[in-house]
Amino acid sequence: MSTATQAANQTLIHIEQLNLYYGTYHALKNVNLTIPEKAVTAFIGPSGCGKSTLLRTLNRMNDMIDGTRIEGLVSMGGTDIYSSDVDVETLRKKVGMVFQQPNPFPKSIYDNIAYGPRLHGIKSKSQLDEIVEQSLKQAVLWDEVKDYLKRSAFSLSGGQQQRLCIARALAVNPDVLLMDEATSALDPISTLKIEELVQELKNKYTIVMVTHNMQQAARTSDQTVFFLNGEMVEFDQTETLFSNPSDKRTEDYITGRFG
Amino acid sequence: MSMFEDANRKQISNRRKKDLYLHLLFIAATSIGIIALMALLINIVLDGIGRLNLDLFTNYPSRVAERAGMKSAIVGSIYMVLIMAPISFVLGVGAAIYLEEYAKKNAITRFIQLNISTLAGVPSIVYGILGLTIFVRGLSLDRSLLSGALTMTLLVLPVIIVSAQEAIRAVPRARRDASFALGATKWQTVYGSVLPSSISGILTGVILALSRAIGETAPLVMIGALTFVAFLPSSIMDQFTVMPIQIFNWISRPQVSFHDLAASGIIVMMVMLVLMNISAVILRNKYSKQI
Repeated sequence: MSTATQAANQTLIHIEQLNLYYGTYHALKNVNLTIPEKAVTAFIGPSGCGKSTLLRTLNRMNDMIDGTRIEGLVSMGGTDIYSSDVDVETLRKKVGMVFQQPNPFPKSIYDNIAYGPRLHGIKSKSQLDEIVEQSLKQAVLWDEVKDYLKRSAFSLSGGQQQRLCIARALAVNPDVLLMDEATSALDPISTLKIEELVQELKNKYTIVMVTHNMQQAARTSDQTVFFLNGEMVEFDQTETLFSNPSDKRTEDYITGRFG
Repeated sequence: MSMFEDANRKQISNRRKKDLYLHLLFIAATSIGIIALMALLINIVLDGIGRLNLDLFTNYPSRVAERAGMKSAIVGSIYMVLIMAPISFVLGVGAAIYLEEYAKKNAITRFIQLNISTLAGVPSIVYGILGLTIFVRGLSLDRSLLSGALTMTLLVLPVIIVSAQEAIRAVPRARRDASFALGATKWQTVYGSVLPSSISGILTGVILALSRAIGETAPLVMIGALTFVAFLPSSIMDQFTVMPIQIFNWISRPQVSFHDLAASGIIVMMVMLVLMNISAVILRNKYSKQI
């Protein structure tokens, strides 16, 4: 991507009239949304509002849940990601994900990072070494673990494990990084580190985060989307949404009247 | 007036008595099993220790108790496990992976599942009849080592499948998601994430199932394993015998000296079983440390 598009923060993800059903349950109702590239977009809303579901449509993780049905358009860089032209393996390589609980594999720190590149066919040791170092540096974990790469990933603290998971996601060189309440299991200091990391990463990646923590959305995101009962209620610049929401329900939620 | 005076001392002492009686009952329940096992062990060791020498391992069976050994039976048992282990591992773990990871959770899968769980409880003699029909007669494998090993594979498969399924099911959803989210296919996820997380449980199940097979007699009697084998099987199509059959044969002889020989045979077999169970525990500990 050229620097010109970076500066303009063009739309990368385009969602149009998206409906999603789990069996008969209507989880997402007619969602229309555009997500700009190289910026942080936060999804907020009470539990069960569909924000995680929407996040998981972006890398098609919902496909694996039996009985999921989806209508509408989700396009990324102009391509419908639900069309037969897109292999789900390629999509997930381009759209990395970090989960609520740190979920490293029961392997060494090195093998956790190398897992993704190996899936996609990289075998050369020197290339893998390079990727592991680069990814860990990007996740600001390298200095803490560079001497212990052979150690089990479980020997790390929760916050380190989550940064390891971020490094693991970056190792396959994605364009988009999805973060599903990635700090909700962490202590405040680890949370802060990850928030700082997100600010670094948004120069290079498009970041979409789901969060329960409104202060976090306010601190770290450029755009914020508010969901309620499967509907997208409001989408705006974060500053505007928090200081001057246009919908009464958004105002009630961000001022703590419910949720 | 103390703050504890309104306590109903009598009611409390009744509660304590009940606790004590049940405590004693549970100790008794535990002891009966242990005492029976100890009595059995001591009895066997006393009978068998005299004949527990090198001849037992190096001699073939003989009409003369003093010269008889169980070389062919020990080797037969080991060969059988060596043939069984890879076959039952691949089939059992493969079936478990299919049922847990690939199969849709529908009525057919549930039906298969019910059948496998039921098969795990079918008496072993029934597997002998099955083995006789399919392998010995149907495939004309005759009374060979291969027939015996395949019959035993059928016997242990349901146990391996069920225990492997449990181990696979215990792998957290998040481990699979992590792999899928990196663009892995199903098999890559199974191989890279699910199996490393569940291999200790799977191996434990396999080893315990194999040690069960070592002790089984009935199905092999059914398919016609010999009781008197004075040679070592040189191919998988040769006739064979195994330890429990040799022991059974010695015990059914009238002479007391053969009974003592049987007792030494039991000691050898039990040591082998204990070694296998210990290796299962070691494996479990080794891998569970990494998880």
